[in-house]
Amino acid sequence: MVSGKQSVEKRSETHSEPRKIIIRPTGGWAALNLRDLWVYRELIYFMTWRDLKVRYKQTLLGAAWAVLQPFLTMVVFSIFFGSLAGVPSDGVPYPIFSYTALIPWTLFSKALQDASRSLVNNSHMITKVYFPRMILPLASVLAGIVDFLIAFVVLIGMMIFYHVTPTANIWTIPLFLLLALVTATGVSLWLSAMNVLYRDINYVLPFLTQFWMYITPIAYPSSMVPEKWRLLYAVNPMTGVVEGFRWALLGSGQAPGMMTLVSTLVAIFLLVSGMFYFKRMERQFADMV
Amino acid sequence: MSKTAIHVENLGKQYQIGQQVGNYRTLRETFSEAFSAKKSAVEKKALPPESIWALEDVNFDVEPGSVLGVVGRNGAGKSTLLKILSRVTEPTKGLVEVYGRVGSLLEVGTGFHPELTGRENISLNGAILGMKKTEIEAKFDEIVSFAEVETFIDTPVKRYSSGMYLRLAFAVAAHLEPEILVVDEVLAVGDAEFQRKCLGKMSDVAKEGRTVLFVSHNMSAILRLTQETLVLDKGHLLLRAPTVEAVDYYLSRGLTQEGQRLWQPDEIPAQAAPFKPVAVRLQDAQGHVVEGARCSEPFYLEVEYELRKAITGLRVGVYILTSQGEFVFTSFDTDDPGKFEEYSQRPAGTYKSRVEIPAYLLNGGRYVVGVNASSYRIKTYFHDEQALAFNMDATGAPGTQWPENRLGTVRPELDWQITKSNGEGDS
Repeated sequence: MVSGKQSVEKRSETHSEPRKIIIRPTGGWAALNLRDLWVYRELIYFMTWRDLKVRYKQTLLGAAWAVLQPFLTMVVFSIFFGSLAGVPSDGVPYPIFSYTALIPWTLFSKALQDASRSLVNNSHMITKVYFPRMILPLASVLAGIVDFLIAFVVLIGMMIFYHVTPTANIWTIPLFLLLALVTATGVSLWLSAMNVLYRDINYVLPFLTQFWMYITPIAYPSSMVPEKWRLLYAVNPMTGVVEGFRWALLGSGQAPGMMTLVSTLVAIFLLVSGMFYFKRMERQFADMV
Repeated sequence: MSKTAIHVENLGKQYQIGQQVGNYRTLRETFSEAFSAKKSAVEKKALPPESIWALEDVNFDVEPGSVLGVVGRNGAGKSTLLKILSRVTEPTKGLVEVYGRVGSLLEVGTGFHPELTGRENISLNGAILGMKKTEIEAKFDEIVSFAEVETFIDTPVKRYSSGMYLRLAFAVAAHLEPEILVVDEVLAVGDAEFQRKCLGKMSDVAKEGRTVLFVSHNMSAILRLTQETLVLDKGHLLLRAPTVEAVDYYLSRGLTQEGQRLWQPDEIPAQAAPFKPVAVRLQDAQGHVVEGARCSEPFYLEVEYELRKAITGLRVGVYILTSQGEFVFTSFDTDDPGKFEEYSQRPAGTYKSRVEIPAYLLNGGRYVVGVNASSYRIKTYFHDEQALAFNMDATGAPGTQWPENRLGTVRPELDWQITKSNGEGDS
C-alpha cells in the first residue's frame, strides 16, 4: 500500500516537470530572466530568514541593535546639531526630527553594508550550486525590514512622549519605505557585483555611506538647501525618502512634489540599471569569486 | 519521454590563467590595463594572454535512466563539466540541453550554517538545492531518519560530529529527487558505512529510471555502478565505452609514464599553492627510474616537490591502490615521531621525500600510486590518487613454485611452523 502510494507521488512529480534547460554562453547584455527569480521565490524567503536568524543568534544584544544604532546616533545629533549648533528642525522637537530620518537611513546603509558583501561572503554557494544570484543581495536588503519595524516601534513611543500626532498621511509610509528599498536594492546590485570583481568596494563602502549621509537631510532639514538647488538635491533618492517620512509622520518638510518625483525616477533608474549590470556580471561570479 | 536526458554539443570552457586562480582584480589593475592596451603591439605579443581550455569540443548524449561514469586525472575537466551541467558556471562555447532538474552531490552541505539547528538547515539547504517548501516538509522525516540524527535535530549543527554533519548534508541532497543526479567524489569523505549508504542511494536512483553522472577516482565504484564511462584528458573527451573497457583504457594509457609522473603546470590546481608537486618516481635501489618492481626486491617511491613558502605541519605521502581502486596502504614522510618533530616546519625550497617499500609486501599485479600533501586538519594542498601505475612481478615471491595467481594484495614472506602430533590426542 505505502510503496504504491509513493510511486504514484513520484511519478506525478517527475512528469509534471521535465522542462528543458538550455545552457549556452550568453554574451553582452543578457535578458533579466525575472521568471527565474519567481521560481526561486522561496529561497529569497529562506535566505532572508537565515540572515536574521544567524544575526540574532550570534549577537549578544540581538534585536536591540536595530534600535540602538539609530537611537544613539539621534542622541549625538540632538546634542551637537540640535542643541549646540542650533540646527533648525522645522518646528518639530529635534530628537524626533532626526530619528524619523534615521530609521529609513539605517535601513539603507545597513542594506548597502550587508548586500554588497553578500556575494563574496557566500562564495561557497556560488561556486557549488545554481540559483539566481540576485537572491543574495536581495535577501540582505529584505532582512533590514525587520530591524526597520523594531526601530519604528520606538519612534511611536517617542511620538507619544513628545506629544506629536501623526498626520493623516501616515498611510503613505509604506510607499516611502518601498522607495527606500528600491534605492537600496539598486545600489546594492551595483556594489555587490562590483565587489566580486574589485575588492576595493570594501574600502570604498564606509566612505560612500558617510558621504551619502551628509548629502541626505538627516541632521538638517532640506529647507536649508536654497530653492534653486532643490531638484538637483533630490537626485539623491534618499532625500525623497526622508522628506516623505517627515511629511507623513510629523507634518513638517515638503509635501510630495517634484522632488519626490525626481527621487523616484532616479531610484527606478538605479534599480533597473543595477539589475542589468548584475546580470551581465553574473556569469563570471563562479569563476571570479 | 524524450530520448535524451543530456545533450552536449561542442562544449568548451576557457579560463584565463589568472582568472582560474580566483584572482579578483583591483580597480588599479583595470585602469592600468586600459592604458597599457594602447601600448605597442610588440609588447602585447611578448605577453600572450594566458588561457587554457579546461574543456574543448566535448560531445555526448546521455539516455534517461543510464548511469554514466566520468574518469580523468586532476585537471582533465571533470569538475568543469559538472559545473557547467549544474549551471554554476557558463560555457565559453557550445551548447548543453538538459531535460529535467539537475541535482548534484557536489554541493553536499552547501549553505549549511553552523549556528542553525539541524531542522533549520534542512529547510535552508533544501531551498538552496531547489526544493519547494512543501516538498521539504513531506520528506522531512525521511531525511532525518536517513541521516540518523533524530535526537539532535534541534541542536545547532556546529555541535555535530563531522560524521553526523556529513550524513545530514548528504541526506538532504539525496532526497532532492532530481531527474539527473550528478555525483562528484563525495565518496572520498566519510567512513565506510557512509560510503556504502551513498552508493546504495545512487543505485536506487538509477533503478528509478533517473539519470546519474558519476565522477570518481574510485575505479571499483565506477565498475560496480556504471555501465558506460567517459574518459577525459586535458579537456578532451578521449573515449566513451562500456565501463570495463574504459577503465582499462584509462588505467593503461593515462598513467604509465615510464615509472615517473611529472606534473604540468595546468594539472596543478590553484589551491595547491604554496605547494608545487614536481614528480613522483618509481626507483630501484640504485636510484634509477624503473617501470615495474619485483615482489622479492625492495623498491623506492620518490616524491619531488617545491615549497614556494614555508609550510607548518606538512606531510607528504603516498597511497598504494590496486587497479580496482582499493587502498592497500597509506604512508606519510613524517609518520615517524622523530621526523614529525624535526619537520614540523618546512622552509621554502625544493624537496624530495623518498620511501623504501620493502620486499615481500605486495603481491604480483598492477598497482597505482597516489600522492597526498597536506597539513592535518588544516589543508590538503595536493592530492592525486592516480599519479602513477606500475606492475609488480611475482617472480621470486613466496610460493612461486606453483605458477598460479595468488589471491590477495599482499604477499608476505611468513614463517610457518609445521608440527606433527604423534597420535597421542588422536586416539
